[in-house]
Amino acid sequence: MYHKEKSIQIKNSASALYNNLSVLRIAPRSLTYFTVVHANVVNMVSASWDGLNYSHRQLQSKEPNVATSTSLIMQAAWCVLPSRDLLVLTSQKGIQMYESDGSIMVYWHALDTPETPTAQAVFARGIAAVREKYICVGVSSGAMLVFDIPTKGSNITLAEVLEEHKESITDMASECSGSLECIADLVSADDAGNLCVWKSGEEFQLLNKIPGFDMCCSSVKLWKGTVVAGYGTGQIRLYEAVTGILHAEVSAHARWIYSLDIAPFSGLLLSAAEDSLVRVWHLTQTPETNSVEIAHMYNECVTDTQICGAKFCDGDGYAFAVTGYDLSEIIRYTQT
Amino acid sequence: MSMRTLPLVFINLGGEMLYILDQRLRAHNTSEDNSDKGVWSENDRKRVMNDIVGTMFSKAFMDELLKPQQLYSHRTLKTVLTRLAHASIMRLNPASMDRLYELMVMAFKHQVLLCPRPKDLLLISYNHLDTVREFVKDTPAAVNQVDETHRRIIETYGLLSEGELQLLRQTLLIFFQDMHVRVSLFLKDKVQNPNGRFALPASGPVPHGIEVPGLIRMFNSKGREVKRCEFPTGGSYSSSIRQGSFELHGDRVVRLGRNMYVLCAAPPAQFNTSLLFMSLDDSPNLLAKEELNLLARLMGCMKVENVQRSGTGFRINLFSTDKEEEETDFNQSSFLFVFGSAQDVQASTELARIAGEFADLPENPSGSKGDDLLAMMDDL
Repeated sequence: MYHKEKSIQIKNSASALYNNLSVLRIAPRSLTYFTVVHANVVNMVSASWDGLNYSHRQLQSKEPNVATSTSLIMQAAWCVLPSRDLLVLTSQKGIQMYESDGSIMVYWHALDTPETPTAQAVFARGIAAVREKYICVGVSSGAMLVFDIPTKGSNITLAEVLEEHKESITDMASECSGSLECIADLVSADDAGNLCVWKSGEEFQLLNKIPGFDMCCSSVKLWKGTVVAGYGTGQIRLYEAVTGILHAEVSAHARWIYSLDIAPFSGLLLSAAEDSLVRVWHLTQTPETNSVEIAHMYNECVTDTQICGAKFCDGDGYAFAVTGYDLSEIIRYTQT
Repeated sequence: MSMRTLPLVFINLGGEMLYILDQRLRAHNTSEDNSDKGVWSENDRKRVMNDIVGTMFSKAFMDELLKPQQLYSHRTLKTVLTRLAHASIMRLNPASMDRLYELMVMAFKHQVLLCPRPKDLLLISYNHLDTVREFVKDTPAAVNQVDETHRRIIETYGLLSEGELQLLRQTLLIFFQDMHVRVSLFLKDKVQNPNGRFALPASGPVPHGIEVPGLIRMFNSKGREVKRCEFPTGGSYSSSIRQGSFELHGDRVVRLGRNMYVLCAAPPAQFNTSLLFMSLDDSPNLLAKEELNLLARLMGCMKVENVQRSGTGFRINLFSTDKEEEETDFNQSSFLFVFGSAQDVQASTELARIAGEFADLPENPSGSKGDDLLAMMDDL
């Protein structure tokens, strides 16, 4: 179904972090941007579609006005809003937002770090753009920060803090089908596997809470009202977001799942885990029976690699990219 | 990231260090001409083990490690581990210590990478503790210290969730990132590929609590399973076996962390002159200061073995590198690239000063075990 293409070399190897690959497709300029986190640095590559031009940039998580302070970065992801795209970095110190090409930092939010270190780690993790004007970011305490994003400029404000999760946030996802009929806008996941389903607005509304049985949910997606969640047990579960009904459960991987992605136009699902495997699935919705089915399509083994990031490069799932721990390349695959 | 890595780092790296020292000291157990010179007796070996274990597992040292704090740099760790090794009558030259550190770290990296579930990091640590306990079993005081440490580890880590333990593991993996030193024992056993990367098997039992991949189950709105189908997995996994014991004693089941040198006659590592890139953090002075403070506190907890400066310390070269060192132009082959910022200079001077305290002691002209050991190594 897919064959391997030429890999993109990156300046540093990828760190073993959940969802450690973000992709932004810029059709008007025939470019695709990729970001991969390495410890305290974000490696950004811009690749032209003809495969001829690559340019690299590195970003560090630095507190502004403090010359040298850096910290480990947990995640980097693009947030696509109707008016603008922003690149968001979450680290041990706080949250940074850049213009989409990484050139200018437009916002910095510092996390409250205690004077003396506590046993509980402090960091931000979990990034999602919601509807027209929000970016949500998760925190290790379980809190979720909701930022109000203006159509341009740096007048970004913290609108709300949602405190529903009690464990560290692992990942967040907004409804990606583009459908305006879906009631649920956002799903958030935590270390205990609990999932919260939200409706956005002036005040975010909790629609549903799906319990987790103490097994970490490391990656989550929301598509046509269906939550797709990947767990440390290697399982993938499909839930109806608003009701919490379990549609399907897949014993997908033999190790911890690190990344999920959905191609919204085709319903293709990508899962990647520490067991070196990337699997492609197909989701189909039957509105009559209100059920969602999942079928297996394809496997790809990245030998001797614990995969930490996997994303489709386009909305149809024609191509996908993969990163692995200790690998200094982004491996790409396209449909045959 | 995780603030609780240090105790596990020391137990596992320290454990690996003890495995290697034990194996090397046993290997130097016989002399060719049946004289007593150059021989490390059973008693010498036990004394070295007891001294190091006594220091590493002392309450004061463990107290420091158990405080929530960030994981520090390779440089700091190596300095502390050198100091631990020198808590005994043994003296390691810098080249030996460098090699030893590489070997310890690659072994631990392998264990952390292949760790089936994050929770099994504890089983790996307990494997180290079990073996260390065996090394010092004839010294009740040392055994007590190991037991006490073990109990504190169980207490501290036993309640952490899988998610928190995975964060700990991820922090360790960042620490080991980009290290691909080839170890002959690993290469021989096909645990490591010729390019220095570890082999990840796609077969065998799945970790405890994980289902064998291959099944899709679909449910109706009432929660009843309505359809089941299988998919091809591309691997060959079998069901998990029983879970290991997280108690003070018991069958750990997980084999990672056990002493792999125990059947080894040859030196555990013949290092190819392979490039080792170890980039230090671009950490500013601030972080270096914290590291120095940590070092000072850790050193303060260790009693100094009262070795007279006239040189009764026993030198040991762990690996047959002396001849290599003579032959090769050390500036060109097997070398350590250190990337540091200008701000690191002060820190490195400071650390060099501390490390310098453990430089080789002058040889005893009347001949010590060290001399004959060196002579023996030269013949290899």
